[in-house]
Amino acid sequence: MKFGIVTFPGSNCDYDAYRAVVEAVGEEAEFLWHKDHDLRDADVVILPGGFSYGDYLRPGAIARFSPIMTEVVAHARRGAPVLGICNGFQIACEAGLLPGALLRNLGLKFVCELVRLRVENAATMFTNRYQPGQQLSIPIAHGDGRYTADPETLARIEGEGQVLFRYVGGPADADEWWSPNGSMHAIAGIVSAQGNVLGMMPHPERAVHALLGSRDGVALFESLLSTVAA
Amino acid sequence: MTRYRVSLHITPRRGLLDPQGKAVTDALHTLGFAAVRDVHVGRHVIVELEAADAAAAERDVRAMCERLLANPVTEDFEVAAVETAA
Repeated sequence: MKFGIVTFPGSNCDYDAYRAVVEAVGEEAEFLWHKDHDLRDADVVILPGGFSYGDYLRPGAIARFSPIMTEVVAHARRGAPVLGICNGFQIACEAGLLPGALLRNLGLKFVCELVRLRVENAATMFTNRYQPGQQLSIPIAHGDGRYTADPETLARIEGEGQVLFRYVGGPADADEWWSPNGSMHAIAGIVSAQGNVLGMMPHPERAVHALLGSRDGVALFESLLSTVAA
Repeated sequence: MTRYRVSLHITPRRGLLDPQGKAVTDALHTLGFAAVRDVHVGRHVIVELEAADAAAAERDVRAMCERLLANPVTEDFEVAAVETAA
């Protein structure tokens, strides 16, 4: 199975994603240049983390018009997997591949820490190697991660099982929707209605080895192996 | 064609949580501006473009807002001024 990792100007997690795929999961990966119109036969496209175009205007707003996004959107429309991590999640929302938007963190600060997530739906191509309700340790590192959507959208994605990951934990007095960034319903990751585009603020590619503090991210990549023909 | 200078304001949608506006409100209160009720922090964008007339210039800039300059999910925009550019 081949993973294509898009490098935008300002991407900085592309190499982390590459190493996660190649070294932790043992699959093939190739970098895709944002100016190209070629996915190089990738089965899965990863939109990596970083600060594409310096986050000018809004995170992801300009990257979504990069030449390669035409092919990425077509890939998604065919039902093929797209994994947007952090800035990749922001880009996927701006491109209309996922509903909602990511706004400035509630505390107005960049938050970089290992967080706990709960797997809300384990019956997807991205999560089938997890157990429903399983808790994961995955790092976050973002300034604009507050998931926001209108009430109808929120109700729909909750009702359709499109919320895959939710933040859990927090201080003792935290309510049930506690999150490190103020996300609605503590949403950390959602999947498209079709089920083939995942956007998440936490970084599974940075949780692939005990030396990194967690290897809970490996199963996300492995989940894809069992559902996409090599 | 004439060169126009279009100014627009892009602000967080009313009703959405605006932590930046809240932080500025709190700071103004701390400074003694007790009468401040609300603050919204957005962006001021100036687009210079060629257009047949002012109405066409505004129409083009509105299309730019809908496609790129503002996020339809979270932001509102308003055209503040359309002037001929020097």
